[in-house]
Amino acid sequence: MSAAWRGAAAIVGVAESDLGRVPEGLSSLDLIGQATAGALAEAGLGTEDVDALYTTSAYFPMSALVTAEYLGVRPRVADGTNIGGSTFVAQAVRAAQAIAAGEVEVALICYSSTQLSDGGRLVTTNRPLSYEGEFSPRFPISMFALATARHMHEFGTTREQLAEVAVAARRWAQLNPKAYARDELSVEDVLGSRMVSDPLTVRDCCLVTDGGGAVVMTSAERARDLPQEPVYVLGGGEATDHANLSQMPDLTTTAAAVSGARAWETSGLGPADMDVVQLYDAFTINPVLFLEDLGFCAKGEGGAFVADGGIAPGGRLPVNTSGGGLSYCHPGMFGIFLLIEATRQLRGETGARQVAGARTALVHGNGGALASEVTAVLGTADTL
Amino acid sequence: MSAPPAPEDHYRAGLEAGELRYQWCTDCAAPVFYPRVLCPGCGGTALEWRVSGGAGTVYSATVVRSRDGARGVVLVDLEEGFRMMSRVTGDPEAVAIGSAVTLRVDTSGEAAQAVFDPAGEPS
Ligand SMILES: [Zn+2]
Repeated sequence: MSAAWRGAAAIVGVAESDLGRVPEGLSSLDLIGQATAGALAEAGLGTEDVDALYTTSAYFPMSALVTAEYLGVRPRVADGTNIGGSTFVAQAVRAAQAIAAGEVEVALICYSSTQLSDGGRLVTTNRPLSYEGEFSPRFPISMFALATARHMHEFGTTREQLAEVAVAARRWAQLNPKAYARDELSVEDVLGSRMVSDPLTVRDCCLVTDGGGAVVMTSAERARDLPQEPVYVLGGGEATDHANLSQMPDLTTTAAAVSGARAWETSGLGPADMDVVQLYDAFTINPVLFLEDLGFCAKGEGGAFVADGGIAPGGRLPVNTSGGGLSYCHPGMFGIFLLIEATRQLRGETGARQVAGARTALVHGNGGALASEVTAVLGTADTL
Repeated sequence: MSAPPAPEDHYRAGLEAGELRYQWCTDCAAPVFYPRVLCPGCGGTALEWRVSGGAGTVYSATVVRSRDGARGVVLVDLEEGFRMMSRVTGDPEAVAIGSAVTLRVDTSGEAAQAVFDPAGEPS
């Protein structure tokens, strides 16, 4: 049975800040300011309308307080949850539930990072468990490398199939003027690039960029009077099963199997109903795992699913149409950009990369080392 | 009566004494690793310490490449039913998933560590 809050809230404004390498001196809060101004402007709303603020940050442990002050909002809900890159998808689902309950009128979800300008290292206050850290894995890539190696061992997934994920992302990015990496990329290029943590090369890894994003949500009722075509939150689910990789029950099956089942149940829809799919692609193994765990293909068949241009433009399923974290942008956490791209696809405003007639979108965020998995289903008015 | 040592302290003291200690939950009859004060399987606190026999199987493996060279990182499934991160001695590129390994407590560094030798090789 679908959830009581299905379709009760809608996304009414989205925007990115400057992306890529931002002008020197701009802070993460400046980028949040840019994105927020853009998202509120297209929503036809102002900072005075925002009564719930959802954010997180690699820079500020009390991110919601700092961000509220900078933006000049006085939220009744100030949520600085940090469950990794999936945070913003979770916050969109939680905001939809709060709006449906009448507790929140206008929610702002926002994030940014200047991690490229900071020197290109992942900015994080996260610390590995001592029982893992003492063996000096490279965080986070070694965790995903271990999951990749096990998937290859159990199911015969190949490095060529994984490389196809990066190549598909690049081909979508070539259709997105805002994407950071748009030069030609072949399977051979991925395979031949520098190995970082076997079997993952530097081209199996997401970008390191600056950037920020903002998403504005309100009730379905109010959304109908605003300038943008509303994009409704139809369902969603969260699941967490570990923090450190040695504690993950099975490296080849993520908690997306649980979050996905909840998203399908709450939305009353299933994989076959999805017109466009946005999956957090921090590493090339991620979309493979999530396509399996969310039910787009059987366990172990993700490699074959992405092969032969399966998720590239013109393939069997449009996945990561922005170019994803692999080619569009990746400022430390990518979840907010999944929501932005899905919204634009459902409004039909993505130009050369538009999926014709898209009415439904799946958004899936990953947090940490395959630790937090959050799924949301979005749709246009005629999916209500 | 003095308080029992903190779980990690008891674990590290075990390594210094040359043994790999883990916990056993007597409520749900399951191994617990890493050490803690309650069982993550059932929430019970009836945990007793045991010593691993040291026989394991490589569950997954990677090689971390850096300017300083290559180092292996593995996940090992111990015969007693728990999994831990570690490294296998020798050539990191030669470590295969599914291969048998044997515990060696490495005391050469600053702190003793539970590492593994390929099974069947002299230690
Ligand atoms: Zn127990």
